[in-house]
Amino acid sequence: MRHICKTFNPGTVSEVPLFRDFNLTLRRGSFAAVVGSNGSGKTTILNILCGSVTPDSGEAAVAGQEIVGMPEYRISRFVGRVFQDPAAGTCPALTVLENLSLADNKGKRFGLSGGVSRKRTDFYRSQLELLKLGLEDKLDLPVASLSGGQRQALALLICVMTPIKLLILDEHTAALDPKSSETVMELTDRIVREKRLTVLMVTHNLKYAVGYGDRLLMMHRGRIVLDAEGEAKRALGIRSLTEKFDEISLEAGNSV
Amino acid sequence: MDIFLGLANNVLTEGLIYAVMAIGVYVTYSVLNFPDLSVDGTFPLGACVTGALILRGANPLAACLVSFLCGAAAGCATGLLHVRLHITDLLSGILVMTGLWSVNLAVTGGTAVLAYFKDPTIFNSGFGAALATAAGDWGPALLALLCCAAVKLAVDLYLRTKSGLLLRAAGDNPQYVVSLGKNPGNMKILGLMIGNGCTALAGSVLSQQSGSANIYSGTGMVVMALASVIIGTSLFGRLKALRATSAVVLGTIVYKACLVAAMQLGLPTNYLKLLMAVLFTVALVLRQAAPSGRGKKHVDPTKI
Repeated sequence: MRHICKTFNPGTVSEVPLFRDFNLTLRRGSFAAVVGSNGSGKTTILNILCGSVTPDSGEAAVAGQEIVGMPEYRISRFVGRVFQDPAAGTCPALTVLENLSLADNKGKRFGLSGGVSRKRTDFYRSQLELLKLGLEDKLDLPVASLSGGQRQALALLICVMTPIKLLILDEHTAALDPKSSETVMELTDRIVREKRLTVLMVTHNLKYAVGYGDRLLMMHRGRIVLDAEGEAKRALGIRSLTEKFDEISLEAGNSV
Repeated sequence: MDIFLGLANNVLTEGLIYAVMAIGVYVTYSVLNFPDLSVDGTFPLGACVTGALILRGANPLAACLVSFLCGAAAGCATGLLHVRLHITDLLSGILVMTGLWSVNLAVTGGTAVLAYFKDPTIFNSGFGAALATAAGDWGPALLALLCCAAVKLAVDLYLRTKSGLLLRAAGDNPQYVVSLGKNPGNMKILGLMIGNGCTALAGSVLSQQSGSANIYSGTGMVVMALASVIIGTSLFGRLKALRATSAVVLGTIVYKACLVAAMQLGLPTNYLKLLMAVLFTVALVLRQAAPSGRGKKHVDPTKI
């Protein structure tokens, strides 16, 4: 992303100039975690990368492909996204098998051939077994009957089923209970390592931000206030991070 | 007894023809979650196109096909208004329904009724005539059953293809279709084309059965089709052995039977539309009271 400028509600009383000349580059194969207070622009970055928000000026590219102005559904062909809402990444009325079959066909033509290929069922089952959530026995159940954690794990699997250039995790564990959120996070880490994906993860959980990934960004009012990579990141503890967080929070007028 | 059999025959014939429309509306309303009002215009469109073609000596089967295509074009118009111009779903339907009134008049050449009692239709020529000789009075009902079964099977098969799965996903969670790299708007347009194509086909078949095309025949079709879909899916949707489309067909027959029964009990014809509205209301209220409480999402479109 280069020279991104974005102002919300321009020309009104509630005008919010968020980004002024914002720049961010992610190396291929890196796993970056983004933290920051509400309204710091974390989610806006994700939305620009997915095409659901268009910046006022500036450029954004994924793997050399310019994406500003491209419709959202075209960007999805090479950018995968797991949402905070477990219902968003899957189709609740369709069965697990149907969801996987659709995902498997991503990038190909959705023609009049059979929607569910029985030949691939064993492959889907083996993929689901890797999740260790017992989903392999629930292939014919509608996704609506799964738990939030199971759905989120399935959404993750669906996202990475076909090759993607960038994986966006939008607080994907925030709606889950502590145990499932732990499971999904471990799963994420394993899949990311295996497939060597480039990842941008937004989280409110400082523990995950410190514990996972190889780069940590802290954002505040549309600027990056902390950028630690590799060794520097490992040296960061939750404590120092919390202190930094409180500092910017104080600056924003909140009491600690 | 003869009177009862005659009534049953009538209910089955018309019910099965209307069921073709109800299957189409099932695709737009239950699968796509789109309340499509353009149906009130596409039903007579099918009838008028058929009337005009048959009066010019066209093959009745070809007239059915052309009616389907005309209906699909009208559905495409509704879809484009909604998807490309961002007009709400209800208004897009109303706009197309209103516009079709003039289109239908243009098709009939300005008259409200086109009569073609003496011309060949699917009911009195070819296969239909053979059925009528073999089955007597029940010939038309059998032919209607064949039409309805063909449409039902085609829709069932389609909903199980890749494109059909994507259509169901578009109605259920459009964001999921986006994340698959496809435009959910296009799937909506496709679904509306199927729905309105089926509706126009029903209009065509019904007009051939009566031997005339009436420009006023569309009034109340939305209510009738939606009521059939809701009655069918609420009454029969929970039976695992039945696909949702079969439930819709049964729902249409039940609905038609209610109307005929009311007529036989002495309800004046003028109150027919009022009764249709009341029946629809009852169906809607009953569905809300249904113990499953999952609304139309409860219906599994095809149980694979």
